[in-house]
Amino acid sequence: MTDLFQLWVYLAERPLLWLTVTVIAYWLAHRLFTLSGEFPLLNPVLVAVTALVGLLLGTGTRYETYFDGAQFVHFLLGPATVALAVPLYRQAHRLRRLWFPLTVALVAGSVTAVTSALAFGWLLGLSPEMLLSLLPKSVTTPIAMGISREIGGLPSLTAVLVILTGITGAVLGVPLLRAFGQRNAAAKGFAIGVAAHGIGTARAFQHSDEAGAFAGLGMGLNGALTALLVPLVVWLLAL
Amino acid sequence: MIGALATLLSLQLAGEILVRLLALPLPGPVLGMILLFAVLALRGTAPRTLEDAANGLLRHLSLLFVPAGVGIVVHLDRVAQAWLPLLVTVIASTALTILVTAFTLLGMQRLTGRRESP
Repeated sequence: MTDLFQLWVYLAERPLLWLTVTVIAYWLAHRLFTLSGEFPLLNPVLVAVTALVGLLLGTGTRYETYFDGAQFVHFLLGPATVALAVPLYRQAHRLRRLWFPLTVALVAGSVTAVTSALAFGWLLGLSPEMLLSLLPKSVTTPIAMGISREIGGLPSLTAVLVILTGITGAVLGVPLLRAFGQRNAAAKGFAIGVAAHGIGTARAFQHSDEAGAFAGLGMGLNGALTALLVPLVVWLLAL
Repeated sequence: MIGALATLLSLQLAGEILVRLLALPLPGPVLGMILLFAVLALRGTAPRTLEDAANGLLRHLSLLFVPAGVGIVVHLDRVAQAWLPLLVTVIASTALTILVTAFTLLGMQRLTGRRESP
């Protein structure tokens, strides 16, 4: 028994353990998602994150210890974001044709994301600190945290709300648009990318390459627009 | 494969450097994506190895968000305090944003006479 405990103590401090557990948790979650016929609530990110949070709490492991191992997976987000240019390039002929509708949809979506978060949050009585941290929720984490700092929110709380929004968009996006009779892959992808950044984009890639390409575009464009829009809204409302 | 990885990492690095030098409101990798798109547009074609590397990375993009997602564990207390209004706000706002974006895009395509087959 003590030997086993010693082994646990040894492994728990090595990057290999939590790296392996992360990959296995995701792999199992992905199997489950596929086997269930892509049931939305069994979204692989949602299931893997929930399982890992339970595991960390259950074993009393600190997030820093976990991240020492998981950072090797996390690091790949950078090159993967750059790689989004490849499927987007495959859609280049359509971007030329659709630039105007895409621009209008981007502005409409970006304004909706910020103002609806403000309106719903205010109606439901969220504290001003929560509200400010919530405003940039639809954009990718590094941009959102920068905006949050600028307007007086809590950047680390914003990071959590960004993830929550991403998972929500990944779970809701496809069934919601299907319920409204929306079958155009470009429109689906773009909308999910604008509303739910990278996690939504990842979901769109599971749907189709085309949806993924437009989601990546929506994510990148909305990141830039929201960085301009949120400080403006805060200034206008004198929050 | 190694060439493709070198390309992706160099453009990410170029993006990070430019963002800092020019104080742009973008993360380095997003600028790296724009740079790669520009390179591909200038070349007129994407090399096969780069296509393969990109497909490999993007097929399981979801996995790459798991470590950051587990970060929720650090703020569990704060989120738990107001979990219901937060959850309702996030769900309602995200759903509305998705619908507004998708239907504006389709509406504009129709208006400009550029409707595509679904």
